[in-house]
Amino acid sequence: MTLASTVVGSLGMAAMNLPQRAPRALVPTHVTARGLTVTRGGERLLFRDLSFEVPPGSVLLLRGPNGVGKSTLLMALAGIVRPDTGTIEGIARDGVHIVNYQSGLKPRLTVAENLEFWRAVNGPSGLPVAAALEQVGIGKLAELEAGYLSSGQLRRLALGRLLVSVRPVWLLDEPSAALDAAGETLLALLIDAHRAAGGLAIIATHHDLLLGDEATIETLLLGEAA
Amino acid sequence: MKAFQALISRDLKLAFRAGGEAMTLVLFFIMVGVIVPIAIGPDRPQLTRLAPGIVWIAAFLSMLLGLDRLFRSDDEDGSLVLLRHSVLPLEAVVAAKVIAHWLVTALPLLFATPVLALLLSMSWEQWGRTVLALLIGTPALVSFGALGAAVTVGLRRGGLIAPVLILPLCIPIMIFGVGMLDPMAGGGATLFLIALSLVVTAFSPLAAALALRAAGE
Repeated sequence: MTLASTVVGSLGMAAMNLPQRAPRALVPTHVTARGLTVTRGGERLLFRDLSFEVPPGSVLLLRGPNGVGKSTLLMALAGIVRPDTGTIEGIARDGVHIVNYQSGLKPRLTVAENLEFWRAVNGPSGLPVAAALEQVGIGKLAELEAGYLSSGQLRRLALGRLLVSVRPVWLLDEPSAALDAAGETLLALLIDAHRAAGGLAIIATHHDLLLGDEATIETLLLGEAA
Repeated sequence: MKAFQALISRDLKLAFRAGGEAMTLVLFFIMVGVIVPIAIGPDRPQLTRLAPGIVWIAAFLSMLLGLDRLFRSDDEDGSLVLLRHSVLPLEAVVAAKVIAHWLVTALPLLFATPVLALLLSMSWEQWGRTVLALLIGTPALVSFGALGAAVTVGLRRGGLIAPVLILPLCIPIMIFGVGMLDPMAGGGATLFLIALSLVVTAFSPLAAALALRAAGE
């Protein structure tokens, strides 16, 4: 507890800069899933008749043991995996950010070029690249090829993608993987600022994310009912 | 439009930076041109007669070589999933990647044709026709290639399956492409090649995007 508060204290400067991060306003959305059933590989049932709601400004945490379908549920929400039954509402194709174990980054491009690419492709509605890199704490590495980054720095760069384009829905799969303590605090600050702006996040994780405002955090435990 | 340009310029940067794969394809293209005269023997009239076919075979093989990396690396690092949520529809993403792929793999071949013309003792007039035929035909080859690459992107070792898949589709391009180089032929082959190339280039992004969506499942 004391350790966590010292970390927050040392990051105070970054924290104060966060709330003003969205030059273009975010259009809040309300995500609803009803009666989702997803099987993988033709026969393996992951979950049946799953329903939940995520209002703007809140977080849904997906928890459960390995292989229970947390990532698959996120992929279903993203529209990559088609559910067998059920409907998902409130997630526009270009209104969602995905962060998972794959970075979507090219080792041969510089850090800035990588982020510049995603900013152009996802719509330059958020921070300029330099400011986003500064915010995720790798501003000094902008001209370095991404192949030289550590996995924690790569993860920070992937998080930078969330900042350069404003999108209401964040689907995060183990977003704190490879991050150090300061990185975990940064992640929590980013998510909280996103919620404050009216966004929502659905997060699959085994870790505690140090998020504020517990009242708007729901937890969905997968694998219990099955 | 900015997103479209960003896609093309990223793929160009990746191709010309440090990897140098674009040059490999050109070298392969020239290599075929070097080997064939040695294998056939120093019979100049015969070489001249065979030259159009050899040029097309060389172009076709080097296109097949470069095929696999069209979507593979984007699939492996997760870019492909993210690109499905870009401001562009997936069809436009594929179109941008096909254009970039043509610029990287086909355009350099056109610049290498004088070397082949020399090795195969082509006349300048024949060389001119070859460049024109490749200019018209290679977009179709790349487009069919994109289709094959998209269908096999989910297969870990799909590198050799895509060429086998698209081979039958590419035969008409070869027929009309070589037909265009025949000095005795009229303009029919040229028109057919143009029509083929336009249709394939227009429809392949749609089909390839469909295949990519299915592969994501």
